[in-house]
Amino acid sequence: MSHPELANRFVEDGERAQWHDRSLWYVRAKRDRAAHAIPEWERLRELAAAIKANVRANLADYLERFEAEARKHGAVVHWAEDAAAHNQIVWEILRSRSVTRVVKSKSMLTEECGLNPFLEQRGLEVVDTDLGERIVQLRDEPPSHIVLPAIHLRKEEVGELFERELGTEPGLSDPARLTEAAREHLREKFLAAQAGITGVNFAVAETGGIVVCTNEGNADLGTALPPLHIACMGIEKIVPRAADLAVFTRLLARSATGQPITAYTSHMHGPRAGGELHIVIVDNGRTGMMARESYRQSLGCIRCGACLNTCPVYRRSGGYSYEAVIPGPIGSTLGPGRDPARHASLPYACTLCGSCADVCPVKIDLDRQLFHWRSDLVTSGLSSPRKRRASRLASLIMRHPRLYRAVAKLARVVAARAPGATSAVLSGWTVSRDLPEIPQRSFREQLEDLGDE
Amino acid sequence: MSDRLANVRVALFVPCYVDQLAPQVAFASLRVLARFGVKASFVSDPACCGQPMANVGSADEARPLALSFLRSFAGFDYVVCPSGSCVSMVRNHYRGLVPDAAGLEICGRTMELCEFLSDVVGVDRIGGRFPHRVGLHKSCHGLRGLRLGSASELVETRPDPVGELLASIEGLQLVSLERADECCGFGGAFAVEESGVSTMMGRDRVDDHVRAGAEVIASIDMSCLLHLQGLMRRRSVGVRAMHVAEIFDACGGDA
Ligand code: SF4
Repeated sequence: MSHPELANRFVEDGERAQWHDRSLWYVRAKRDRAAHAIPEWERLRELAAAIKANVRANLADYLERFEAEARKHGAVVHWAEDAAAHNQIVWEILRSRSVTRVVKSKSMLTEECGLNPFLEQRGLEVVDTDLGERIVQLRDEPPSHIVLPAIHLRKEEVGELFERELGTEPGLSDPARLTEAAREHLREKFLAAQAGITGVNFAVAETGGIVVCTNEGNADLGTALPPLHIACMGIEKIVPRAADLAVFTRLLARSATGQPITAYTSHMHGPRAGGELHIVIVDNGRTGMMARESYRQSLGCIRCGACLNTCPVYRRSGGYSYEAVIPGPIGSTLGPGRDPARHASLPYACTLCGSCADVCPVKIDLDRQLFHWRSDLVTSGLSSPRKRRASRLASLIMRHPRLYRAVAKLARVVAARAPGATSAVLSGWTVSRDLPEIPQRSFREQLEDLGDE
Repeated sequence: MSDRLANVRVALFVPCYVDQLAPQVAFASLRVLARFGVKASFVSDPACCGQPMANVGSADEARPLALSFLRSFAGFDYVVCPSGSCVSMVRNHYRGLVPDAAGLEICGRTMELCEFLSDVVGVDRIGGRFPHRVGLHKSCHGLRGLRLGSASELVETRPDPVGELLASIEGLQLVSLERADECCGFGGAFAVEESGVSTMMGRDRVDDHVRAGAEVIASIDMSCLLHLQGLMRRRSVGVRAMHVAEIFDACGGDA
């Protein structure tokens, strides 16, 4: 289905849509307060964007350096060209060690690769351990937001889910008690797990270390309890130096949730004593994205979710209306980058208000990319034919002053004599809006009248 | 100030939707410019900067209009336009759309009305009286496209010619909104294609202004206002939508 169809459906439940909008606006407002408390905020963004640009320009070198340094710490580094290769590598590691129970934390990449279903089909139990992720996993749903995966659910719905799945008492909706129930349930899973899988927020080329930022500490638990840790990262997660981390950790938590820093920032250099650390570095279309100049900045995304929270469309249409692993503004440019035909409605799910680009901590030119996607979609024949015809006609009329006048005059006559005819043409407008009173004469005509007098 | 501007050639660009649906805004703009000593010529063609086509991705359809715009206005020092989104189109999107050789010099001197009054003419006070509570709808293309004022996302302070000129009018009280610069959901074709979200966005904006006690919603973009006005009329909300040029014109200045 296209974005407008799903979005219209979401908006129909007006009360819920309002609640969704307000929940996310609250996060955006919190982000604003955190950002405004840092006078050098804009300089930090500049710096972050510059570091990301430098990483793109020298990516191969940094990746090699990272691999070499990580190996020195005893990590095993794997390279995966695409999602299938990534899943296969992870599966081989797990299978060869007879792992059947895995805990997983914080990874949009494994979501992108479809790792959970892949492993489940092979008989493994994969438990997402971040509260929100676990909630959507228990509902058999994908995340609806990249930082707040269950933001579309109310606490009462979580209570019902937990009653059904975890046997909590009926009618539970107190967030603290729900969290407690989830903790208890997850503790068992942690203790039973034979391997932990995490994402990576930053991989430092100079040190070979990886950094995972979480609020629940699950990345630590998931990697400290089981002896085997598999960290999955896209090639773009590299930062050159440990010193660069300061820029990103300051930006990330503030942009994501308005916190000064995430509760846990775990730095890992090699496996823990007696354990194993595998790092799987994934391309899955990223080098292709880097080759396309108009879109390459989106590779700098640190998955903070701020562009989703600020997007007036996302807040009112929900994550699922995008039908993509990553929704919102960043998803609307990444989606068509992977499959333009499938995601052709996403660049149009946007008013080009530009709030996303201004909120983005790494200054990705999101609105410009969506604008650009539209013309790419038209060029490749993927935009709706109706849209193309309308543009062609409008351009034709506007290019010919006399035609423009004649058509405008005709439209006014029709509007005055047969209002029904215009409202049929304009039904997309008049579903919710009255038409303006149409002036008798246009500015240009009135000016000519004045000239004639 | 009229001395300094005596030899400056200024053209008024009146885009199609203002021409057809809000001609009073174009007249108000001319009168306001004249009040501050600017005699603007009106150039009739083209009637469109190409924005509607470019926004849906039809660059090939937008290009001839951009070229025609550049040709028509090449001989002027400034082009003034009472529509932030058209100015943003010319300034931010012509480069890349047309060959550089097409003469892009005028793009940087194509200005939104308030911006022109403030930055070029040096107006810091409109004068006159407008005893009403006004909610300023900051249009996204003016705010984030032309950087008229500081967007709430950014940690910076910038001059806000629209707000400052409005605030300079005696009796005019700018109300403060919960969401100072959220998009109204017009977005051109978006308004029709994504009518559900567009409607909700617009109603949310209207409600914010109503809660703040606005009697008038003002903006530099008539397109946002037509959308908001249409929504308000459907629901009989008693708030008026006025283009800032209409307010400047209505308050009569000091003369
Ligand atoms: S595009 Fe920018 S704002 Fe959006 S998630 Fe990525 S880093 Fe955050």
